[in-house]
Amino acid sequence: MHVSFQVQAGDFSNAGKVSSTVKGILKQLNLGPAHIKRIIVALYEAEVNVVAHSYGGTITCEVEPESVDIMVCDTGPGIPDLDLAMTEGWSTATPEVREMGFGAGMGLANIRKNTDRLAIDTGEDKPTRIHMCFDLADGATHA
Amino acid sequence: MRDQPFHHTLMVRKDLCQGCTHCMKRCPTEAIRITGGKAQVDPERCVDCGQCMAVCPHNAIVIEQNDFQQIFHYKYRVAILPTLLIGQFDDDVSEEAMVDALHNIGFTHVHYAESGVDILKTLGKKISVYADQHPVVSSYCPAVVRLIQLRYPALLPNVNLMRTPAQITALYARVVLQSEGIASEDIGVFYITPCAAKYAQIKTPGSATSGLIQGGLNLDYVFNLMQTYLAQHPNRKNEELARWEKPKITGPAFLWSLTKGESAMMQGRTLSVDEVHNVIEFLELVEDDRHKNLDFLELRACDTGCTGGILTSRNRFLATERIKHHAATLPKELHEVDKARILSFSDQLIHNLKTDRIVAKHSLQLDRDVSMAIRKLEKVKRITEVLPGIDCGLCGCPTCRSLAEDIAKANASIRRCVVLKLTDPHGLNNLAKIWGEVIQKDQKPSTSEV
Repeated sequence: MHVSFQVQAGDFSNAGKVSSTVKGILKQLNLGPAHIKRIIVALYEAEVNVVAHSYGGTITCEVEPESVDIMVCDTGPGIPDLDLAMTEGWSTATPEVREMGFGAGMGLANIRKNTDRLAIDTGEDKPTRIHMCFDLADGATHA
Repeated sequence: MRDQPFHHTLMVRKDLCQGCTHCMKRCPTEAIRITGGKAQVDPERCVDCGQCMAVCPHNAIVIEQNDFQQIFHYKYRVAILPTLLIGQFDDDVSEEAMVDALHNIGFTHVHYAESGVDILKTLGKKISVYADQHPVVSSYCPAVVRLIQLRYPALLPNVNLMRTPAQITALYARVVLQSEGIASEDIGVFYITPCAAKYAQIKTPGSATSGLIQGGLNLDYVFNLMQTYLAQHPNRKNEELARWEKPKITGPAFLWSLTKGESAMMQGRTLSVDEVHNVIEFLELVEDDRHKNLDFLELRACDTGCTGGILTSRNRFLATERIKHHAATLPKELHEVDKARILSFSDQLIHNLKTDRIVAKHSLQLDRDVSMAIRKLEKVKRITEVLPGIDCGLCGCPTCRSLAEDIAKANASIRRCVVLKLTDPHGLNNLAKIWGEVIQKDQKPSTSEV
């Protein structure tokens, strides 16, 4: 099944709404709590990244019985040095953003930790496309 | 151990139910549907919070009644009373008069449920908690535990497995009587319950109270017996009241059942949330796992804590005030003699302070099979787009979305939508053909009438 959402840049008061909605959907689909948890942690980080660092974007989720695919696409400005951005604790977040409890520099690292396959397409002054795949093999459902 | 089906204690009286939708709209788990003009509760979704009973304008939702006479099957009859019982009386009924009334209606021993807090503290020097995940979630309110089992299974490892104060008190009362040479089968321990959830827990086989508590007694019933006794014996002399030993408890323990009463005694950063809709809002946040700085969460289904229980009769704010007023007269610590007495039983108590792990129940999913569930969810999405989206409740479902889910699960037909019937009867016929005419809800075994 397919769902998609718009994410507004700078709208911190609504950051997390998409991941909450997706969580509700996954719970109705009877995915195991452990899978739901890692999907939502990764999605939340990606959602906050769009709010905090981009000009806005879209999130689309494809839910299949064996896997969940999530595409997070923004309209720029892109990540100039991806390797650096993947480092835990590294952040370009402004002091204002950090004041609100975001920007601890765990975003991309946390995403990598929770996904089974991760592809990031980005660069300076380019849109960023994050493709997260989650396999729902063993233990995906409750008995 | 708790893989038994829940026992539910709330029942709809069909002779009184007007099908008015108040309960359906209020139910925090969307467990109620109006079918054939009468409310029906889905036992798979109900957590016994009692919101429906509180909101029903026709008193059509009632709690299962128990036979008070059952206490007389036992030679020794122990009353485990929540401290909020004193809050049900005006100041002119003293604690001594309350204890006297309890003895005269049939109990041989009287303990405050919350004195279990003092027992636990004496045994461990502090209030210990036991959970596999952080933050620790209180297991005190059984409606909240049921809610977590049904809707937040990822949080089950956070639930405190330490027994509740009432269970520890029940254990202690029994151990003390047995040490006096009394046979276990002669001892009946009864909990006077302020709410449906605690009563339901006692009635559920294999629950945490099994073996410890022989029965639950509805607080409103016991309150009426006590009031009758007090009215008929208005001038009890002090020496008559002094016959009974005063149940021992400290001030902090006395406040435990009130909002912030439990969290006040916990270590670290704590937080208290009361009222079931608030609890749900908060559990959603906890489930997202972004609140690692919190240590302990006190979550209660009733507003103001147990003084808001549906079986209480006095205004919850007045009751809370009286409890706080009384707690201020109590000592902060147990007397050394009482501590020594508790410690002398520590061998019998210490190995029985934890409950079994709590298992998940599943109520939210559309289907056990993920691919079927995906198909049904897509159907829900398409149906929701057609429905008017005004959540009028006339179809007997709390929201348009819940009607769509019922249709996708083949529990209802789209013909139930009154708005579509009025605005587009021809289109409705076509939709009913596409999505099914099923109107067999009454025959479905999973949706029994309780």
